[in-house]
Amino acid sequence: MSYPVPTYKKLPENVQPRFLEDEGLYIGARPEVPRACQNIMENRLLTQEPGRKWFGDDGRILALPNPTKGFPSRPPMLTREQDIKAELETLYKKAVKYVHRSQHMIGSGDPPGNFQLDIDISGLIFTHHPCFSREHVLAAKLAQLYDQYLARHQRNKAKFLTDKLQALRNAVQTGLNPAKPHKSLDTTQKAINEYKSEIRQTRKLRDAEQEKDRTLLKTIIKVWKEMKSLREFQRFTNTPLKLVLRKEKVDQKADEEAFEAEIQAEISELLEEHMEEYDQKMEGYRAAYQQWKAWKKAQRAKKKKKKQAVEEHPHGEVEQPCPGEEPVKPVPPEPTDRALVEQQVRERAARSRRRPGEPTLVPELSLAGSISPNEQCPRAEVLRREDVKRRSVYLKVIFNDKEVSRTDSRPLGADFRVHFGQIFNLQIFNWPESLTLQVYETVGHSGTTLLAEVFLPVPETTVVTGRAPIEEVEFSSNQHVTLDHEGVGSGVPFSFEADGSNQLVLMTSGKVSNSVSWAIGENGIPLIPPLSEQNIGFRSALKRADAISSIGTSGLTDLKKLAKWAAESRLDPNDPNNAPLMQLISVATSGESYVPEFFRLEQLQQEFNFVSDEELNRSKRFRLLCLRSQEVPEFRNYKQIPAYDREIMEKVFQDYEKRLRDRNVIETKDHIDTHRAIVAKYLQQVRESVINRFLIAKHHFLLSDLIVEEEVPNISILGLSLFKLAEQKRPLRPRRKGRKKVTAQTLSDGDIKVLVNVIRAYDIPVRKPTASKFQQPARSSRTFSEKRAASPTTRSPTHSADYPLGQVLVRPFVEVSFQRTMCHTTTAEGPNPSWNEELELPFRAPNGDYSTASLQSVKDDVFINIFDEVLYDVLEDDRERGRGIHTRIERHWLGSVKIPFSTIYFQAKIDGTFKIDIPPVLLGYSKERSLILERGFDAARSLSAGSYITLFITIEPQLVPGESVREKFDSQEDEKLLQATEKFQTECALKFPHRQCLTTVTDISGKTVFVTRYLKPLSPPQELLDAHPNDPQATAELVARYVSLIPFLPDTVSFAGICDLWSTSDQFLDLLAGDEEEHAVLLCNYFLSLGKKAWLMMGSAIPEGAWYTERNTRLGSHEAWGPTAYVLTREQSHYLIWNPCTGHFYGQFDTFCPLKSVGCLIGPDNIWFNTQRYDSPLRINFDVTKPKLWKSFFSRSLPYPGLSSVQPEELIYQCTDKAAAAELQDRIEKILKEKIMDWRPRHLTRWNRYCTSALRHFLPVLERSRGEDAEDDHRAELLKQLGDYRFSGFPLHMPYSELKPLTEAVYSTGVHNIDVPNVEFALAVYIHPYPKNVLSVWIYVASLIRNR
Amino acid sequence: MAAAGPSVFLLMVNGQVESAQVSGRGSCPPSPQSPRGPIARPPGLLRGSGEFPEYDELYCKYCFVYGQDWAPTAGLEEGISQITSKSQDVRRALVWNFPIDVTFKSTNPYGWPQIVLSVYGPDVFGNDVVRGYGAVHVPFSPGRHKRTIPMFVPESTSKLQKFTSWFMGRRPEYTDPKVVAQGEGREVTRVRSQGFVTLLFNVVTKDMRKLGYDTGPPDTQRASGPSPPQGLPQ
Repeated sequence: MSYPVPTYKKLPENVQPRFLEDEGLYIGARPEVPRACQNIMENRLLTQEPGRKWFGDDGRILALPNPTKGFPSRPPMLTREQDIKAELETLYKKAVKYVHRSQHMIGSGDPPGNFQLDIDISGLIFTHHPCFSREHVLAAKLAQLYDQYLARHQRNKAKFLTDKLQALRNAVQTGLNPAKPHKSLDTTQKAINEYKSEIRQTRKLRDAEQEKDRTLLKTIIKVWKEMKSLREFQRFTNTPLKLVLRKEKVDQKADEEAFEAEIQAEISELLEEHMEEYDQKMEGYRAAYQQWKAWKKAQRAKKKKKKQAVEEHPHGEVEQPCPGEEPVKPVPPEPTDRALVEQQVRERAARSRRRPGEPTLVPELSLAGSISPNEQCPRAEVLRREDVKRRSVYLKVIFNDKEVSRTDSRPLGADFRVHFGQIFNLQIFNWPESLTLQVYETVGHSGTTLLAEVFLPVPETTVVTGRAPIEEVEFSSNQHVTLDHEGVGSGVPFSFEADGSNQLVLMTSGKVSNSVSWAIGENGIPLIPPLSEQNIGFRSALKRADAISSIGTSGLTDLKKLAKWAAESRLDPNDPNNAPLMQLISVATSGESYVPEFFRLEQLQQEFNFVSDEELNRSKRFRLLCLRSQEVPEFRNYKQIPAYDREIMEKVFQDYEKRLRDRNVIETKDHIDTHRAIVAKYLQQVRESVINRFLIAKHHFLLSDLIVEEEVPNISILGLSLFKLAEQKRPLRPRRKGRKKVTAQTLSDGDIKVLVNVIRAYDIPVRKPTASKFQQPARSSRTFSEKRAASPTTRSPTHSADYPLGQVLVRPFVEVSFQRTMCHTTTAEGPNPSWNEELELPFRAPNGDYSTASLQSVKDDVFINIFDEVLYDVLEDDRERGRGIHTRIERHWLGSVKIPFSTIYFQAKIDGTFKIDIPPVLLGYSKERSLILERGFDAARSLSAGSYITLFITIEPQLVPGESVREKFDSQEDEKLLQATEKFQTECALKFPHRQCLTTVTDISGKTVFVTRYLKPLSPPQELLDAHPNDPQATAELVARYVSLIPFLPDTVSFAGICDLWSTSDQFLDLLAGDEEEHAVLLCNYFLSLGKKAWLMMGSAIPEGAWYTERNTRLGSHEAWGPTAYVLTREQSHYLIWNPCTGHFYGQFDTFCPLKSVGCLIGPDNIWFNTQRYDSPLRINFDVTKPKLWKSFFSRSLPYPGLSSVQPEELIYQCTDKAAAAELQDRIEKILKEKIMDWRPRHLTRWNRYCTSALRHFLPVLERSRGEDAEDDHRAELLKQLGDYRFSGFPLHMPYSELKPLTEAVYSTGVHNIDVPNVEFALAVYIHPYPKNVLSVWIYVASLIRNR
Repeated sequence: MAAAGPSVFLLMVNGQVESAQVSGRGSCPPSPQSPRGPIARPPGLLRGSGEFPEYDELYCKYCFVYGQDWAPTAGLEEGISQITSKSQDVRRALVWNFPIDVTFKSTNPYGWPQIVLSVYGPDVFGNDVVRGYGAVHVPFSPGRHKRTIPMFVPESTSKLQKFTSWFMGRRPEYTDPKVVAQGEGREVTRVRSQGFVTLLFNVVTKDMRKLGYDTGPPDTQRASGPSPPQGLPQ
């Protein structure tokens, strides 16, 4: 039964067995099964089941690699079931503190370390000894070669490579004729190419191996022959070595065929290679040839030129052609000759390979030879043998440079081998540092010499006794020995030749076979010192953690080299033993950049990341915290960030994200026309950059920010304080001190109140008795002559319609609204009422945030509206008049004052008389002109100068105002000039600390600029100049109006207290927004171009509603008015003071001029500081040429250096698109109408179209007359058209910036508050376009009540 | 949602500003020989100097400084104590025993409250001048804690100013005592140390463990219950 089964039976028909191993695939070691068993099994499988599924492609039974374990193991014995629990029970063990022990000392508290190192010294062989005879030398050589041969034979690399070559060739063959056509051609081609290159490599390697084998064999034979001849020559034998060459017959014919086939295969391959090479070379040649040709051509052309050049300039230096640069004409490569290749191949084969048919030679070395006895030897040889016998050798074991033991002295044998066979057990305490064996030789009794030292490696901790292999450690000595007998000596030249040529010098050398290992104690624990005690503990600890690999480079320093080695040595990549290595290599080679070029410092960071970066980014809470700490405006004061992500609403980020998104998107929804939308965006960006700068500056502290310290006092203050010393420190009746300022953090809603003291008003318009003008029946449509309404209540004879003058015909009251909270005073009587009432309005900060930064940005305004209270008799029946009063109160808006909260906040209190903003046409009211006429000293003053109200506004409790930024901006000004400005300012501040002195300002890019650079004649639009060609005064007024129509920066509050930026006039006109300096600068420049003498006047004025910014809290702190900029012009005989923001002008001696003090005047080429005793414009002399009164900046000592202007050469005005303005007008009207309807949610809002169109016609008239002197005509016209209605309304006029101020203005008039059932409304909007997109907006709102 | 756990933790602090040991040379005009640095002297051992009157009749103010995520829910976060004079016995102690009682709520331990103390007292001429600033964090762990804070005052910028400020009774002061609880901008100041104030805190916290913050001492952790820290929000 145990006949082997033929292969064809085990495989499908016509299939050759396939050997995977030959194809380079890994096949594990099969389990060892006796051949007979295999045969039985195969036979049985074939007969029982005719299927072939049990057999592999190679015709053998399928088998997995050997599954058996290399060592025995046994499962834990469990005696009883309940014991399992006991086994699984965990046991608490207290952690033992690790005590560091030093390297060489065993800690006293520790048990004595009984560590043991076993050193097994088995023997010693001399590969050369002085007593070697010549034969010995050859014998040693032969033995060495034979060893080499054996080693090579065992590895049999040549055979391996030949097989591989064969397999590769097969692979190429199958690849070229693919059995499976579905494989893509590309990959096959690629694979074949790879195979080919591999074949090339393998062939080279195989040839080299074969040649080496052959050479080795030849050398062995040569040495053996030498030895034989030596033995013959000396006629005695010293060594038992004997070499037998065994011949193995080979099949001559098969061998020859194989040889020839091999050669043919090689030739064809080589030819193919050569062809490829030839093609490549040809390619190269063609390219080179082209190049050469081109060069040649160029050269020829050059030569021609040169000839011409030589002819033209016979004396000029002619460039010599550089012969070195001349390219060599390329030589075409030669095609390969098949015969030549064949010849080469055959030569090589002859050299490195066994000839075909030649028997294989197998050398066998044996010690079977006999040594000639002493008697047959010559004397010298006998002497040598005796000398050898006298010698003995022993070894010393040196541990940590100390001798610990030595071997017995053993005599040297005739074969120069010494056997010791001794094992030394070294009981040690310390980690071994060095382990050395010293070889000593004793000659007779004369003494010992140290031959050599052998250094043994300290074994790894895994090497324990019983497992340690015997190793041979070579040693050699450098001693020189010359002997007088047959011995060749050591370190002395000798020769085998008779003539002494071919000298050899050999040194004493040998091998010690030994093994060093760690002993194992009784309980199986290796007696090894603890690892921590290993020397250089620090470094080894590092090594353990593989610090290098953790910082980005690996302990294997050159992975590429490793990969190369692995590729060259053909490691089987499928062998599981190699798997980790292969994986490492694949990782190393997959990305070329794996071997990192970086060096990582925080290599342990990963371990400290308790959550991945991704997750961290996803955390809303973390994001919120980050944004807050970056002081992003939306989150700057975000309080109480929730503890969990889930509590953070997504909408928290919405505004912020929207802002980020919209940064570059122009939003046209809020800003009806695009130009202003762009401007608003730009301003937003400027503001952001300024605020960022401010935030940075806020984190930069000066001593004065932190510490309050008295300045060094001068002597007078010192004297005063001396007097103070005598004062009582805690007087019982203390004097009044300033209010304590409250830090904002402690405040909450309801703590802060705005107090408005309404004291009195002047020149309130009075109701006009119209009956005299329009001769109409008393009881019909005299709707706006309220005298009739008033009469029933007052029942005073003075209120009759016919009363001529001086009648009390107005009942004004004041309503203050702030943050949509309303408060009003009682009703007073007459045009000059006195209320003296205090109104208290609560203040609520945005988001309940009372920090300084938040309070600074409050944009709410305090509206102070003056109304006339009108009583209408609504009694239907005259018969009831005696029994009851039935009236309705109506209120008619007369005017308003608007004060921003920020002004109050910075100023702490506002105390002064304000001009009431009264609409240009107030139907049914007129000013009492008599009063104005009494004042009439000023010809230029308009009669409708206005009404005034005296107010006192403050905040309770007083808040600490924000600090202004004191960042030092960089500048392009001359350093000297800057120093001069500082000096000038300090000098001025010393004399008049409260007068404003301005020398440098900050431009829009944040640079400090000398202020006079802003002043330069700039011509106003031609359109304005053409309007009144013969009236310079009218032109000036028109220009002032034009300037005043440029809107105020709507969000000055954001800059308030931070810094003040000055834009140039063209920037100002482009932005169409600015504060009073920009207006003043532009107006001043226009006046200069009109040929007027004009100055910029810096001073303090009553704040005019929104048109007021706080620049310096210190300056204004004790005064009711704030610093501002006006324009001063000199007419022929007098000075005029222009308010650039309203377009109004005042004479110098006008008491109602809002400008209250003058600090300095700025002209185009100088600055004058007011050094007069008084600073009120009424009392000062404006003649700047008088140095006693005005201190000038540039003087004789510092002449004006002629500073260039920052202003443009000229301003360019584009005409405003009329159609766009008209469209805007319609849109505003529509929006306002919608708003009014929204404000009246409970009532029906009817629009009177007829009235609206009448109003619309009237508005252009108002624009033309600038709101003056049009009232009477207008009234007449209205009366004509709307005879049946009681009409109450007024036009509002303002510059156009955006929609919100317009709606606010309409809202504040309270027109919509009428709730008479049959009320109708009329609203008309008119926009007058001025050049450069400056728009003047008129809104006429009115309510109409049809008379019965 | 709401039952998932607390969204804030509470920190209740009570205790008192117990006493002060103010050492130092008192107010003296600077002389060229006077040493620049403070004279080290153990607290409590005050030298009875006849030359310069020692600090006496001191009162102190306290306030809390805390981060944006913190809000006081109950109690006073600012206070000013009575004026105390030195005891007549050998200890010469200045005792206020001024109670503190305040409760905070917070969502975030960042910005943990600090108490800022500023001590004032009359100088030679009877002007109220500052005698020391100091700050300390409220202890993190619940329990009773005693803290002794070293105090310091800002120095005058020059000798002349030192003299005039002494003479006029207007010593340099911080614009806001809360400056001493923050690190920003301190580099521009110079201070001199003088005296100590002893504070006693009793700290109770609520829900800190539930929010994942563990401040207790290790042995009390086990005792305080098995509520596991919730860790990071999901």
